[in-house]
Amino acid sequence: MRRLTWFNATSLTLGFAFLYIPMIIVIIYSFNESRLVTVWGGFSTKWYGELFQNEAFLDAALVTFQVGLISSLIATVLGTMGAYVLVRGGRFFGRTLFSGMIYAPLVMPEVITGLSLLLLFISIGLDRGMTTIVLAHATFSMCYVSVVVSSRLVSFDRSVEEAALDLGCTPFDAFRSVTLPIIAPAVISGWLLALTLSLDDLVIASFVAGPSSTTLPIKVFSSVRLGVSPEINALSTILIGIVTIGTVAASLTTKRAALRRKREQQMAEQASG
Amino acid sequence: MNWRRIALISVPYFWLLGLFLVPFFIVLKISLSDIALAIPPYTPTLELSEGWSGLRDLVAQLDFENFAFLADDDLYWKSYLSSVQIAFISTFICLLIGFPIAYGMANAPTEWQPTLMLLVILPFWTSFLIRVYSLIGLLSQEGMINQFLMWIGIINEPLMILNTNWAVYIGIVYTYCPFMILPIYATLIKLDASLLEAAEDLGCSRTEAFWRITIPLSKAGIIAGCFLVFIPALGEFVIPSLLGGSGTLMIGKVLFEEFFANRDWPVASAVAVILLLILIIPIVMYQRNEQKMMEADT
Repeated sequence: MRRLTWFNATSLTLGFAFLYIPMIIVIIYSFNESRLVTVWGGFSTKWYGELFQNEAFLDAALVTFQVGLISSLIATVLGTMGAYVLVRGGRFFGRTLFSGMIYAPLVMPEVITGLSLLLLFISIGLDRGMTTIVLAHATFSMCYVSVVVSSRLVSFDRSVEEAALDLGCTPFDAFRSVTLPIIAPAVISGWLLALTLSLDDLVIASFVAGPSSTTLPIKVFSSVRLGVSPEINALSTILIGIVTIGTVAASLTTKRAALRRKREQQMAEQASG
Repeated sequence: MNWRRIALISVPYFWLLGLFLVPFFIVLKISLSDIALAIPPYTPTLELSEGWSGLRDLVAQLDFENFAFLADDDLYWKSYLSSVQIAFISTFICLLIGFPIAYGMANAPTEWQPTLMLLVILPFWTSFLIRVYSLIGLLSQEGMINQFLMWIGIINEPLMILNTNWAVYIGIVYTYCPFMILPIYATLIKLDASLLEAAEDLGCSRTEAFWRITIPLSKAGIIAGCFLVFIPALGEFVIPSLLGGSGTLMIGKVLFEEFFANRDWPVASAVAVILLLILIIPIVMYQRNEQKMMEADT
């Protein structure tokens, strides 16, 4: 059944053309000599140079990166704990509420999350700045981490963990030396997801950021409102490049790990048979 | 119950309680307050020093005035209605475009699958803002699409696409398409091909087999994909404000402007409360569907 009919080939070609052509045009025009964004004036890399001289962009990029790093680390720790509680926590008071609070932020409109967090920060008197962005990002991305990690926790063989406990491990030791290595790939992809979500977020950051803590998306948004500019094209190209390299590298690594696991399994079977 | 377990549960629990649930009650409370020329710009505020009597005074001053205002003013209910309409139509177009892509992927040669999967996930990891931005240059009056259409001679004057609802539809479909493709692909790839062969052996035509077997068996994926597009599209802010025009009414944009431009926090909160009430139905339906899918898997 798995053969490429002309219908499937057409829908794939048109579909991927639709998904990729707008981004490819941005990449091409980032190397345009002309400031006019619709006229091709020859190849040039000058907009990249201008971008790296733009202090406002560099400052915003630094803030974004710091926020992303700190919030994604907090989100990873909290999210992994949350996943463990969801899957292995057993019964406790307010369990339904807890799982509701893990899943609800995933589908909550960003304007509502942003508004509610801002009103919270104001009512407890916390000044808006990097701290508030970190708290906001850690909160919504921990839920994504929880979902990713819990799907891994559900699928793994619990008897390995029980064996460790029978052999005298404390629950914490069992978690550190048995569970954590098994769920590590999910924890890492959860962390990457949290990092990406934080680096991309515009709406929630617009609500909770103070005047001194402009993030890159906020800066991009305010300059994009005025129209297309070659500097933004250059910035977009850099970001698209980073994501592409990261995603391709990640998929190659998982592919290699899967191959290695398969080979080890075959060797083990040969040794035992 | 040992203290480690209590600590493990309570850290994420109280984090979410404090930073997710409590803020909603604050929004609810402010939606019942009145606007004031003060910092913060609403009244009444809670005086913790007065204890219970302070709380009683506070509750006595709350009213549904803002909700009455929302019901009275055309702008708000028109925005809700047009948000629902825009989200609904875009979801449908997404399904029309996303399903053939997912179908093509699931039926492509096996060794292509990881690459095709990567091609769908890549836009998903790429910044949302940048993907919306990439459409501006394409849709503007002197943009690529107009240049192309004039070059092949279909039109003589550039079409006005950017800053209209058309651009908002294109924007939502373009950015949310991967959310539609992935769940449908996940159900189609699990579909047992021998069922289709059996149907053909029993005299079904290919088209008939598609409608009677493929579509019903991928229903869960289609439903999941539709909600994953519809729910965020309904509260969308970035797309209507970058691609839409002054006539584009979407509630996410109205809420943002009410808060930042008009500084009317109580009305912005009331807008958020209503939006949440509208969203509860699709969110519950989505979670039911997810549960059904999980049960079907086990």
